[in-house]
Amino acid sequence: MTGATTPAAPGDETVGPGETKIRKFNINFGPQHPAAHGVLRLVLELDGEVVERVDPHIGLLHRGTEKLMEARPYAQTIPYFDRLDYVAPMNQEHAYCLAIERLLGVEVPIRGQLIRVLYSEMGRILNHLLNVTTQAMDVGALTPPLWGFEQREKLMVFYERASGARLHANYFRVGGVRQDLPPELVQDIADWCDQFPKVMDDIHGLITENRIFKQRNVDIGVVTKEEALAWGFSGVMVRGSGVPWDLRRSQPYECYNDFEFDIPLGVNGDCYDRYLCRMEEMAQSTKIMKECCLRLQKTPGLVLSDDHKVSPPRRGEMKRSMEALIHHFKLYTEGYRTPVGDIYAAVEAPKGEFGVYLVSDGTNKPYRCKIRAPGYPHLQAMDWMNRGHMLADVSAILGSLDIVFGEIDR
Amino acid sequence: MSWPVSHAELEQFGQRLVADGAGVFTSYTVAYGDLSVSAQLPQIVEAMRQLRDAEKFEMLIDLCGADYPERERRFDVVYHLLSLSRNLRIRVKLETDEDTAVPSITSIFPNADWYERETFDMYGVFFDGHPDLRRILTDYGFHGHPLRKDFPMTGYVEVRYDDELKRVVYEPVKSVEWRNWDFLSPWEGMERGVSPLPGDEKGEAKA
Repeated sequence: MTGATTPAAPGDETVGPGETKIRKFNINFGPQHPAAHGVLRLVLELDGEVVERVDPHIGLLHRGTEKLMEARPYAQTIPYFDRLDYVAPMNQEHAYCLAIERLLGVEVPIRGQLIRVLYSEMGRILNHLLNVTTQAMDVGALTPPLWGFEQREKLMVFYERASGARLHANYFRVGGVRQDLPPELVQDIADWCDQFPKVMDDIHGLITENRIFKQRNVDIGVVTKEEALAWGFSGVMVRGSGVPWDLRRSQPYECYNDFEFDIPLGVNGDCYDRYLCRMEEMAQSTKIMKECCLRLQKTPGLVLSDDHKVSPPRRGEMKRSMEALIHHFKLYTEGYRTPVGDIYAAVEAPKGEFGVYLVSDGTNKPYRCKIRAPGYPHLQAMDWMNRGHMLADVSAILGSLDIVFGEIDR
Repeated sequence: MSWPVSHAELEQFGQRLVADGAGVFTSYTVAYGDLSVSAQLPQIVEAMRQLRDAEKFEMLIDLCGADYPERERRFDVVYHLLSLSRNLRIRVKLETDEDTAVPSITSIFPNADWYERETFDMYGVFFDGHPDLRRILTDYGFHGHPLRKDFPMTGYVEVRYDDELKRVVYEPVKSVEWRNWDFLSPWEGMERGVSPLPGDEKGEAKA
């Protein structure tokens, strides 16, 4: 990245006296670069320090998830969804379970729905905490990630207490969730929700009015409404440009209709507005989580559908009932079969619309499962979003796109 | 439109699309709350323009392939569109094979670029008029199209670091082919009209 200019060769007629000839540069940003948020290789064409073209090379983390899923029964494919966007694992599982549930016509009991909403919102906070604070790190701050990660750690403990795993939860099931939450856990999550606004204030104090952060983000990577729609943006990327679109509100799934929450919108569509949207979304998610906890404390009941053609019977039941034992055996060897057909189900994941297009041929495995990752169209826009910006802005824009390679490369 | 959109409304919309589409859309189905229409391969650009401009589907959500090797034209190309102003989703499907190129819709939806590259990479479907039809997700210099049903799960080559050559080398796969067990057996073995479990035929004949 050094030596952007070369001295003019004697006798070079295109360069006048006292001028230097500018040579265009091609540089590799990544695949190993701390601000690339994973294994991304950007081939940048630079004119001095101004970016003229960006060619993202992706696929370095391609694991063939969609191919692997075609060979496994449905229940065994849910863990693959944790490994897509590993920052907010349960939101992905959610979309997949919704798709299968709609195919099978399974109803989720209300307590199961509440737990799903609770953990989906927790995923949103996990994601936004990581994004907001590491974006601050990309533009030079070190303290925000330390403060943010302390809270992420607490949330991951809640993941662990519910599912046994901090990251790859595999907690959602078709028809509900794996098992009920203990009352102490619900109380602890409620207590966490009470202290979190204080932490949000601290992070606001660190970043929001910070002079360097604003210089690096205001008016950088501006996306207009028209561009956002044409390029298939979703989530904060459209809301930051002032398009009121949130699947939780416009195409409600689960019990989101019962909750009061606001959807923050940006005005200018730049990196800074997207940052503000994410901060406000965290506050709204905390509100939803708190309400979920209060309702969970008052709503006893099943967390998993009692249709034993889809969801396995409880362990204790299995020890006493022959019928339950047969169901258990059938579900864990063959699994359930879905009717022939195809379906598209989407959720508002923290990064945008996460969709699953599922084709079923009537067997116990998905015939084809296309995963629609929100980051994929966002990263695609890197080229035109960066043109004319400085090299240093590349990492600011990349940070505000909020990409994770698990889901883009699949 | 209110959500979820009712079956009748989708039916009505599908009927109107097929009737007014001037042969662009051939048929439609409504299943599981999704509207799906079939389009003719040569007219897909026209179909997309019609959906975007006349029907206000502003956004291309997804574009992907699917493989049905037993069919004469083995590939499906599936487009998912979303209308924010009408709060409506639609799925458009067309059929193609290994040799017939699908007209690219990058002129209508610029984000079709990467989706078409991915479909080409995964299935080997060609897109006519695409600005830069390269592989996208697979390795540099990869051969084959991994999501085709006749592509083995384990692939053909594996990589390792060779300490003597001091570089990564490609070698044919040595591991065992993925064993695709068939666990399919009837849940209700003794039902009438369903073929009996092996060994149970005699009992069935008596009854």
